[in-house]
This record gives sequence, C-alpha cells and structure tokens, in this order.
Amino acid sequence: MSEKIKVRTMAELAAEGKEPEILFWVGCAGSFDDRAKKITRAFTKLLNKANVDFAVLGTEESCTGDPAKRAGNEFLFQMQASMNIEVMNAYNVKKIVTTCPHCYNTFKNEYPDLGGEYEVYHHTELLQSLLDEGRLKVEGGEYKGMNITYHDPCYLGRGNGQYEAPRAVLRQLEIDIKEMKHHKENSTCCGAGGAQMFKEAEPQKEEIFVKRTREALETQPKIIATACAFCNTMITDGIKHYNKEQEVKVLDIAELLVDKIKEE
Amino acid sequence: MISSIIFVIILAVGVGYFTMNIRKTIRNIKLGKPSHRNDRRSERWRNMTLKAFGQQKMFKRPVPALLHLFAYLGFIIINVEVLEIIFDGIFGTHRVFAPLGKVYDFLIGFFEILAALVIVAVIIFWIRRNVIKLMRFQSPEMKGWPKNDANLILYFEMVLMSAFLFMNAADHKLQLLQYGHYHFDKGIVGGFPVSSHLMALLPDVPHTLELIERGTWWFHIIGILIFLNYLYWSKHLHILFAFPNTFYAKLPPLGMLDNLESVKKEVALMMDPNADPYAAPADDAPEPERFGAKDVFDLQWINLLNAYTCTECGRCTDVCPANQTGKKLSPRKVMMDVRDRLEEVGKNIDKNGKFVDDGKSLLDYMDKEEIWACTTCNACVEECPVENAPLDIIIEVRRYLVMEESAAPSELNMTFTNIENNGAPWQYSQMDRLNWADEE
Repeated sequence: MSEKIKVRTMAELAAEGKEPEILFWVGCAGSFDDRAKKITRAFTKLLNKANVDFAVLGTEESCTGDPAKRAGNEFLFQMQASMNIEVMNAYNVKKIVTTCPHCYNTFKNEYPDLGGEYEVYHHTELLQSLLDEGRLKVEGGEYKGMNITYHDPCYLGRGNGQYEAPRAVLRQLEIDIKEMKHHKENSTCCGAGGAQMFKEAEPQKEEIFVKRTREALETQPKIIATACAFCNTMITDGIKHYNKEQEVKVLDIAELLVDKIKEE
Repeated sequence: MISSIIFVIILAVGVGYFTMNIRKTIRNIKLGKPSHRNDRRSERWRNMTLKAFGQQKMFKRPVPALLHLFAYLGFIIINVEVLEIIFDGIFGTHRVFAPLGKVYDFLIGFFEILAALVIVAVIIFWIRRNVIKLMRFQSPEMKGWPKNDANLILYFEMVLMSAFLFMNAADHKLQLLQYGHYHFDKGIVGGFPVSSHLMALLPDVPHTLELIERGTWWFHIIGILIFLNYLYWSKHLHILFAFPNTFYAKLPPLGMLDNLESVKKEVALMMDPNADPYAAPADDAPEPERFGAKDVFDLQWINLLNAYTCTECGRCTDVCPANQTGKKLSPRKVMMDVRDRLEEVGKNIDKNGKFVDDGKSLLDYMDKEEIWACTTCNACVEECPVENAPLDIIIEVRRYLVMEESAAPSELNMTFTNIENNGAPWQYSQMDRLNWADEE
C-alpha cells in the first residue's frame, strides 16, 4: 500500500482552467483522524485506479456544519453551509462524493434548500457503480467463507435508505455477510451521531458502542465492515473494550476493496 | 316511546360531549407553529393506507401485531353492529337489520367471533403488561396514570365485548323460547357461534332473560359512548388520530432536518456585504421569533398531533440506543411530556379564555440530560407504528437550549468554537486538511 497517491485540489485544477468531474469531500475525520485518514487514502487509491476525474478542496474544505446542526446550533450550521456553498458554487461543483454518511446526508438533504444543489454520492455508492461499470475489477476469493459482518451507519441506512450499495460491494468481494441481529432499518447506532462523538456520554450503564460491538461479536466475525469513519472509531473502541484487537478487524468497505483490485 | 327519547338524549349527550372535547384538542394542536405537510400527497395517502389502515409497522413485532389486529378489526367491524343498535334505539325496533336474512346471520356470527378474539387479545395484552411485565411497560414514565390508563382500556374492551356476547346469548334464548317480540316468524335470527355456549349460564325464566337482554343492550351502547368520551383523556386517542398522523407524517429521507427559517434570515443578513450591522429594526417589525422550542407553542402543529397520537407503546424507547444503555432519555417520555404540557396549556385556556402565562414551560417536564443523550439515529422514528417523530422535538429543544440560552454541554461549546475558528469539530488547523495525502 505504499504507492504514492495522486490527489489534486480544486484550486490547482481551476488554475489550469479545468473542472473535475467530481469533488471528493474528505470530511473532518477523514482529514484529521489517524485511523480515518487510512480510509481516505484507500478510497483515493480506488479513485486513482478507476481513473476517476476528481479533486479535493484541501485547505478550502471546512466543516459541513452537521454536528452543529444536530447539537442545536442551527446558526452555526447555516453559516458553515453558506460558506461551503459559496466555495463549491465558485468552483462550479456538480457532483460530490464523500466517505462520511453525515456529510453525505447534510449535502444531499439540507444544502439544496440553502442554494447548494449537487448530485451527492456516498463512497460505497460510487464504488458500486465503478464496479458495475467495470472501471474497477476485483480479484475475489480471499474473503470467501470468512465471517464478515456489516454495520449500517444511521445516516446512510435509516437516514437515507441506502442499505444496498455497501452490501453490493461486499458481495462483489464474494463476501457472504453474516448479518447482525439488528441490521438495515432496525440497525443499532454506534453512539457517535448527533454530535455525541464530541462529548462524554450522559450517566449510563454502558457505552452504546460497547453494546453495538457485543452484537457484532455475536456473529463471530473476523472482520466488521463499516462505511463511516465515526462508526469505525466507535466499534474499534468496542473491540478494545472486549480485548479482541488480535482476532477482529474493523475495516471500511474502501479498505476491504482496495487490496483486491485487479491491476490492468 | 319513552325509551326512544331516553336513548336519543343519551346518544346526543355522549356524542355532543365528545365533539366538544375533540374540538378543544384540535384547538390545542393548532397552538403549534405552521408545518408544511401538504406536499407529496400521493405518498401521504399511501403512507396512511399502509401504516394506519394496514398497520404495516405493527408487524415488525408479529405477536402483538396479530393481537392488535384482532382488537382493531373488532373495533372497526363491530361498529356496524353499533349502527343497528342506534337504529333500534331511536325507532324502538328490535334487530332492524334482520330482514337481511342469511347475510345478517353471517354478520352477527362474524361479529361474535371477532368479539371473542378481542377478548382473547385483550386478556393476553393484560397479561403482558401485568404478569409478564414486559420491559417497555415498566419504564419510569409508565407509573401512575399511564399504567392505569392502559389497563382501563383493556377492562373497557373486555366488558363491552362480554356485554355484546351476553346480550346475544339472552336474545338467542328468548328467540328459542319464542317470547314476545323476540319471536321471529322465520325462526332464529342471527348467527351465534360464540354466545350459544354462554346460554347455559343464563336462567330459563323469560322475564329475567329479557331483563338481561335489555340490560346488556343498554350497557353495551352506554359503555361505547363512555369509552368514546374516555378517548379524550387517554392514549387510546390513537384510534382516531393515527389516520391524520400518518398522513401528515415525516416522509423519507429521515436523515433530513429542516433549515430554520428564522435563522436563514439572520444568516442572509450576515452574509450580505451591504447590510448595515447597526441598523435598528423597523418600528413595525414583528417581535423576533424564538429559536427552537421552549414550550409547546414553539413546536409545529405536527409535533403536537404526534403527541396526542402517541399510544405509549414504548417501541421507540425500546429501540433507543441511549435508553438501552441506561441513559435517562426515553423518546416515549418526550411525546408524553409534550402532551402533558399541552393539556396543561389547554386547561389554562379553558379557564382564562386565552393563555395566561403560568411561569412554566415544556422544559419543566424534561431534563436536559435526556435531551443531550440523543444520537439522532432515527431508530425511534423508524419504529413508531403511528409514524411519530420524537427526534424533531428533541432537536427543537436543543435549538432553544443552544441558541437562546447558550446552555449546551461545555464540550459541545468547544466543538462549536472549533468549527467556527478552524472549520472542524476538533482543534486542528484547516491548513492541515490535506496532510493525509502525503502521509503513509
């Protein structure tokens, strides 16, 4: 995985008079969190391999405002949204892909009303279509017969009804998903949403992520697949809680896919 | 003749009093702010058909769904029988629909089977609540009135259905005895698959039988009228409100929250380079709107309709990750708090003609600890059989706490500051946003 990744910024392309086909919105976790950065890099490699014409905003990217909105700070959310929309509209952005279901939900559902109308994709949706179009080809087999479960992020699943794309990518890898007791629309939260990621939990018997991880562990998984950096952090903490770091990996769908791409 | 007059008076009082109270309820719901729920009408009709008529979401849990279906069908279909009772009551007739012949026999027989199923369902419901003590019926908010309310409804249904069956048993026996006007020339009228087994319990004296038949007849119809009026005080109001509530429900995507209009204006002003930051508001400018919800008046009417429709089944609380891990938040309690406060406001209006400040608000019913425990995961919204959205209320209260009272938990205030200063919820520099591309 040590190959250098190619990533250009919107500003660089604009200086050359170019507009990429799609903006990759990295998000705060993907930019700053060491674990999530690996997901960002894995997805970027996939974009490179599929020859997707994309760019990032780099230092011009800011918070979508999602945690502010869900914590009740509508004012801050709308300020962030207005500034982001101004930046993206200036670059004439038409399509956005993001690895974060929270950014995805906010762009898709809450920005249009504020003047930001884009075609928005979650990275699992884009990966599914790249696989379907044959722009990415997998060398499957390795995961066959392995116990792998998938945790639905709330803002991808219940929030936007997208249960299928991540599962379709996993199936392409010949993974037979061992579903948890609660999955799809009945899935249980990892505990990070609604700005909970950024604060201590209220008095409680146990952490939400511990409960969710316990349910994931009931499927005896070798890998717990996720499609959200925050879910990844929470479930990784759950795995640590149960001292299972040696036996169970928590991986993003992009990470599962990236090593299994057939090189042309 | 006299009995007809008495019947009409009882009927008019029963229906009239109910209408009066329901109008108060509707007035209370209209205290809410506007809610734009007239879009996507075909989806809304579909939603109401599937979720209210079809009880689609109930079937996430098949056992209670089936039992509830008996009670629901019993309620809807046996009301056809009530129509006959009303005709008989007004015109002094006896079994006015009897000329329908075989159809009539079938209908009465069908009602009896439904009535028996309702009794079975209600007994099992009672056992679930009081003997098995299902977890979701034992939460702190279910102590006192909510618990009694639930049991009272079950007793009502048991008694009403029993009265119906005993009435038929007595009637059947009188028909067999060919007593007075109970005698039909064509033989036995009505099918009695259930009540015929109850006949043995009744005496053989025609006069006593007639007393029992009349007694249960009056008891049944007066009971129904009392039950109708009881709805106003009860969580059982869902049998009516589930229909408009599912029609006006929040439609997907559930992840979407509305963008506050009042904030939009402020932000537009801030972003406008030509705006005068020191401009005084115009003299005729309306009072600035409150951000978020401190009281029921600040919620949208749909939130208030949701609260009246809530049947306190607790499925929302059952699936709430915060509640499951022992936190204080219970989405059901949020709904109950809104209704309790709204009824308090309603009584205030009844007494004073208009709302007179009582120094209280919705926040007196809720604890901030509950409001801050929500992960906004939408499990409660997804689960609710009548399509309530407790999450929308939680968000409105958060908006009030943050934007009007600056009362967010301190870590969240730091998060806000970070977003404002460096464009991320954490304290990382925006200049480092692309570092991931050069690392390995």
